[in-house]
Amino acid sequence: MAGKTLYDKLWESHVVREEADGTCLLYIDRHLMHEVTSPQAFEGLRLTGRKAWRKDSIVANPDHNTPTNHWDEGITDPISRLQVETLDANIKDFGALVYFPFKHANQGIIHVIGPENGTTLPGMTVVCGDSHTSTHGAFGALAHGIGTSEVEHVLATQTLVAKRSMRMLIKVDGQLAAGVTAKDVALAIIGKIGTAGGTGYAIEFGGSTIRGLSIEGRMTLCNMAIEGGARAGLIAPDEKTFEYLKGKQFAPKAADWDKAVAYWKTLQSDAGAKFDAVIELDAAKIEPQVTWGTSPEQVLAVGGRVPNPAKENDAQKRAGIERALQYMGLKADTPISEIKVDKVFIGSCTNSRIEDLRAAAQVAKGKKKAASVRQVLVVPGSGIVKRQAEAEGLDKVFIDAGFEWREPGCSMCLAMNADRLAAGERCASTSNRNFEGRQGAGGRTHLVSPEMAAAAAIAGHFVDIRSF
Amino acid sequence: MKPFTELNGVVCPLDRANVDTDAIIPKQFLKSIKRSGFGPYLFDEWRYSDVGEPGMDCTNRPLKKDFVLNQKQFKGAQVLLARDNFGCGSSREHAPWAIEDYGFRVIIAPSFADIFFSNCYKNGVLPIVASAEIVDQLFRECATQKGYKLRVDLETQTVRNPAGEWFNFDITPHRKHCLMNGLDEIGLTLQHADEIKAFEKKHKAAQPWLFA
Repeated sequence: MAGKTLYDKLWESHVVREEADGTCLLYIDRHLMHEVTSPQAFEGLRLTGRKAWRKDSIVANPDHNTPTNHWDEGITDPISRLQVETLDANIKDFGALVYFPFKHANQGIIHVIGPENGTTLPGMTVVCGDSHTSTHGAFGALAHGIGTSEVEHVLATQTLVAKRSMRMLIKVDGQLAAGVTAKDVALAIIGKIGTAGGTGYAIEFGGSTIRGLSIEGRMTLCNMAIEGGARAGLIAPDEKTFEYLKGKQFAPKAADWDKAVAYWKTLQSDAGAKFDAVIELDAAKIEPQVTWGTSPEQVLAVGGRVPNPAKENDAQKRAGIERALQYMGLKADTPISEIKVDKVFIGSCTNSRIEDLRAAAQVAKGKKKAASVRQVLVVPGSGIVKRQAEAEGLDKVFIDAGFEWREPGCSMCLAMNADRLAAGERCASTSNRNFEGRQGAGGRTHLVSPEMAAAAAIAGHFVDIRSF
Repeated sequence: MKPFTELNGVVCPLDRANVDTDAIIPKQFLKSIKRSGFGPYLFDEWRYSDVGEPGMDCTNRPLKKDFVLNQKQFKGAQVLLARDNFGCGSSREHAPWAIEDYGFRVIIAPSFADIFFSNCYKNGVLPIVASAEIVDQLFRECATQKGYKLRVDLETQTVRNPAGEWFNFDITPHRKHCLMNGLDEIGLTLQHADEIKAFEKKHKAAQPWLFA
């Protein structure tokens, strides 16, 4: 009998029932929530007189609308404030295991706080009305984003109606060069498979390079699985995972811990398990990455040049390149290193954890941002990350370099609060999406690692971190 | 949810790949706590030349005349014709809410992003995957035939052009049943509440730490 993949094991251990056409009711262990995609779901429950099936599965926190400065003034945008207050009211009415309201000491980006307090564990099913839920796959949890109707469905039934995905293995082997990070691996993978390459698949990341990544690096990689089209990214849990989780508030304790670890060790793809697709990458060939266009697949190594549409034979692709260059205000064949930035954003559920901030601080230490750079925002992923960074003096490093040290939240990743680009402004960003208007109407986003973002802030343009 | 059975609708061609949900409905409109009223802001940045804000009256906003939604012949379109990877990016259900509220009930594309695809079914919008060749043909016909319409029949899972040519599309029996009857999926699932409870009991016995 063929072995099972990690995905199959996670899936099969949560199937409540299966229809003849393969449609399953999948049991959900953890339901993460934020203020943007939940109000209509709670409203639906109210209209039908339904309750939350298992309130102790809920971990919630406002993050998208919350400001990252002037917390003493509260949320000044009345529409944003109403949305955040609506989450407060909904959690008060329906209950939750963990809720950090705006300004709570541990509040942060929902995908940062789950792993931080051990409410994300291996073997779980994790959902959230947010596509970057794939982040939690870094722990060997089956985690993916859902829509608001599904949020309501999970609230009311603790299950999701779903069909099994196909399985893809992305195997990365070898040693990453100094200065090449999990973010670069993620972008290089998306560059290779395209933004729709993972559509219909759950991606398992394996190989020696992945094993060598820290847990935070693994989160960065799984976070961007959705940018490759896959709802879920997965990494088998190992000793690093157990070490990371041990002692966390909601991690199992005493005898349960041993029992849990014994079970978690079985959460790996069996030898001979069959994948529907296998992609291999050589880590040694991955260079620091910079996106040049308006889709994460429009990415290049830092030494590259912006593509020339005239060299593209496919009419559809050529039109796509032309449109992206026009939106981005770039000329064909421009070296990436000659692209100047107006703003820099270090943060988001992709790159706002302590290791990201340490990496950025190491680059910025003793230096100043270029005079031509208008603003450098450093936005920690949570209150815990913020305090840790301050304990290590990272905030001082950033402030001395002319960067702004902010309060936690999603911030300029999607610009729902006041942190945003003006039309035409160009930004080096550690976030996950470079879509048109993502960071503000008319704003131009280049996705990079925290090291590369900090270096661009200092130099005023993109530079190869390996020789910075 | 509004049931969907069939329609014969004007087709609006949106000829670009990788249309993301940020483009379908920009972030500022996600601040709403309602499910309705997103239609006027559908494709806001592509449709209007000013910057849209929630609650804005769109009737007198300056239009980008070249954008297909603003062209007279596509007024009242119910079928959106699109390219690969339509609906990629964020999981926001506001995207299909805006599409449905605008008046589209069917989207035809060679491929869709997974979360968007699933969100459509929950909102009475039928996403149809057609081969790249068929989609190319539909774009060509749409460009050359005034008032081009497609007849979409969910019962027989067919799409028919004005010349009477047709193709079949796939849909799972479960989704078809829910869409045709406009069913509340939660109600259906709760019919299996005992099975969920039984599963939960077994699951808790095996992994008590999941129920901390």
